[in-house]
Amino acid sequence: MQLNKAEYAALVKKASPRSAVGRNCVWAFAVGGCICAVGEGLRQWFLAAGYTLSDASLLASVGLIFLSAVTTALGWYQKLASRAGAGTLVPITGFANAVVSPAIEFRCEGLVTGSGAKMFVIAGPVIVYGTLAGSAWGLVWYLIRPYVGGMV
Amino acid sequence: MNCIRKGDAIVFSRPPSLPAFAAVAGKREGEGPLGSCFDEVLHDNALGQKCWEKAESLLQQRAASLALKKAGLDQTELDAVLCGDLQNQCTASGYALRELDMPSIGLYGACSTMVQALALAGCLVAGGAARRALAVTSSHFCAAERQFRTPLDYGGKRAPTAQWTVTGAGAVVVQPDGPGPFLRAAAFGRVRDAGVKDLANMGAAMAPAAAETLLRFFADTGAAPDDFDGIYTGDLGLVGSRLLHTLLEKEGVRMTNHHDCGLLIFDRARQPVQAGGSGCGCCASVLAGRLLPALRTGEMRRILVAATGALMSSTTVQQGESIPAVSHLVELAAGPKEEL
Repeated sequence: MQLNKAEYAALVKKASPRSAVGRNCVWAFAVGGCICAVGEGLRQWFLAAGYTLSDASLLASVGLIFLSAVTTALGWYQKLASRAGAGTLVPITGFANAVVSPAIEFRCEGLVTGSGAKMFVIAGPVIVYGTLAGSAWGLVWYLIRPYVGGMV
Repeated sequence: MNCIRKGDAIVFSRPPSLPAFAAVAGKREGEGPLGSCFDEVLHDNALGQKCWEKAESLLQQRAASLALKKAGLDQTELDAVLCGDLQNQCTASGYALRELDMPSIGLYGACSTMVQALALAGCLVAGGAARRALAVTSSHFCAAERQFRTPLDYGGKRAPTAQWTVTGAGAVVVQPDGPGPFLRAAAFGRVRDAGVKDLANMGAAMAPAAAETLLRFFADTGAAPDDFDGIYTGDLGLVGSRLLHTLLEKEGVRMTNHHDCGLLIFDRARQPVQAGGSGCGCCASVLAGRLLPALRTGEMRRILVAATGALMSSTTVQQGESIPAVSHLVELAAGPKEEL
């Protein structure tokens, strides 16, 4: 049987069911929006409790991370994410889930060689390239800053 | 000689008997359409173990012990165990066999391993190298998921083309003579790679291998799809099955009696398994739980089972390689000889 790769790729595309983009977007928008609303609620609550703006924002993030870690450990986060997709992936809760889930999963292999080593297996690249991009932009900013007058 | 070579096909002139078989399945598989077919359905997929890998070994052991018990055999009466699973270094089998004192042959054929094991067991028995052999394979959703994909609690969304690794195991006893069903013929497949690189679309990667093996078998033996009560693939899922039909039709072969183990074991409308089941426990548990019993009762007379396996690792795919696949085939029948 002779099979041309390009021809087969076209057949594969035709045979493969497509993602329900519309429905996925609605889910992602609604769930992602709810997570952000919870974050804003937390921030307002901390502000009302007398924290400064920057502290309240920080505490709101910490609160979301805590909630994500707890719901991940209970197995709820994954269930929600299987529908919400990017809605649970993009907010800071998604990042927490990406760290907590391997830490739980690889506990069998020990605290050091398992949880410790695998904890950043998903989030690691985000941290590496996030830091790298931050450093690169820092350098660019340092070089162009004298020429962009008026900005802080 | 007890077998004749016809092209790639090995036709047994004295077909080995499959006197006993057993299937153990996980919770979700037990809730599927074949739930009542399995000898044992797990309530707890961890089987009380701390790690999924241990649970899978236990799963395989249970299937093997059940098959031996049904055959009325002691483990000392086996000359070979052909076993396999999806874990790195085939460890589910290695650790399962640690508890069973039998000459063991570990195999890896990804999701095709059950048919590979059964075909090899048939050859060993027919050639006199073993008086009695056991073919047993397993897969476990959780063990496979953490090895090939992401941690279980990671919030990822599965692609609609992805397949769901079955938690299950199947074991089949093979001996030269005895009651049906019988292993009439076998064919070891050739590796095919149609350039698919998507790990979430393994059915598409494996369909060309299944098409190749089936087309060769029909050409080598002169059989036609309609000569069989069913042609079962394991596990192409929805996408792979569609593609298999397209590929065969291009070669002028039409199958009206094709089923896929990955589509039989789950009800896609009710269970969130995307394109269907996969894993060498899928084909194994469907074979031992549904197909062989149907041949024994006479509900079916003659079938083909073509199991497919994707032979990549996550490393090779990360290196930019496409997915090579293989499909091994066995012809099974209720009687040793009858012509249709």
